[in-house]
Amino acid sequence: MAELNTGDGGGGKGKKVRSKKSNSKVDLTAMVDLAFLLITFFMLTTSLSKPQSMTLGLPDKEDKPEDKTEVKVDENRTMTLLIGENNKLKWYMGLWATPIAGPADITYGKDGLRKELLSRKKSVLEYSASIGKPKNGIIVIIKPSKKSNYKNLVDILDEMAISGVETYAIVNDFTPEETKLLEGK
Amino acid sequence: MSKVKMSKKSTSIDMTAMCDVAFLLLSFFIMTATAKQPEALPVDTPASTNKNKLPETDLATLTIGGKDKVFFGVLGRDVKKRTLELMGQKYGVKFTPEEADKFALIENFGVPVEGLKSLIEMKNDERNKAGVQTGIPKDSTNNQLKEWIYNARIATNEATGKDLNIAIKGDAKEQYKVVKRVMDILQDQQINNFSLVTGLRGKDF
Repeated sequence: MAELNTGDGGGGKGKKVRSKKSNSKVDLTAMVDLAFLLITFFMLTTSLSKPQSMTLGLPDKEDKPEDKTEVKVDENRTMTLLIGENNKLKWYMGLWATPIAGPADITYGKDGLRKELLSRKKSVLEYSASIGKPKNGIIVIIKPSKKSNYKNLVDILDEMAISGVETYAIVNDFTPEETKLLEGK
Repeated sequence: MSKVKMSKKSTSIDMTAMCDVAFLLLSFFIMTATAKQPEALPVDTPASTNKNKLPETDLATLTIGGKDKVFFGVLGRDVKKRTLELMGQKYGVKFTPEEADKFALIENFGVPVEGLKSLIEMKNDERNKAGVQTGIPKDSTNNQLKEWIYNARIATNEATGKDLNIAIKGDAKEQYKVVKRVMDILQDQQINNFSLVTGLRGKDF
């Protein structure tokens, strides 16, 4: 491969001093290898370093209480998630006073929350179909407590995206009963 | 009759052109790549399965982490300079053009306006030491974070005519009440849509 040496064998026998013809070819294989390696590196790092982001839309904050209109929601469709400290999570279905299910503890992730969400989502759709409004899906109310951490909230929001829950809201009002439940007994 | 001889072909190929192309591409990628600035407040973002990318222009990042600290950064040098000017007017601090130029190179920061002058004078590595920057005040009595966001929005609108996108980059362990406080500040200005910066999570989550 390398063609740098332009040896012309044994030296002449002292006749004329000729200038050696040097071969102009240089082996570029290694250089090309290196260049492509660097290209690959820069291509991958530039496109992968952009961080992901999830968009979050919050409802308008109403400062004037007289503008508030009460929105009535069918309690059979609501599921409330209470995020507590130390990665604790509790849920109940329906109203606090007359819950359809729960309140109970649940874990984050595939086997806990997602399973429950998917089955609840299905049953709410069946319920909505039975009263003639098949498009009304589940409504999830997320209530993060003051001591919960940011990761928990993002996990829940992510869970909403994974399980395809379209209607969810972050609510910051806690009833005293809910606070008591979260603090444990 | 002579025998049919196989013609001997040379195994070496001329690689000059290939080498040229490779280095052209290489220089292109190096030029377009932006060097990663050291972060003033390192945060560990929570993971999500979301695949959306952050917008690349007209973006302000609010970094939350390190026990209740909020850092602010906005993209674009001209926008940064204009924001600084507006903030200076508001709080009665005068910044020289040299200081503004230096400020335009700082990615994000977390000091009150009063301490910004001395922060600008520091060297890069001094600036990023732990404990130097204490976060932007965001209490109801001294809500500088609100002013920064507000002025950055004005500056972005003047420069590009577009709305400023807001991204919240929170540490996974940060308490929700701090994040909520920042969201409230945003909502007070009728910013109801913003992005939460997250890391990438595996598929089998």
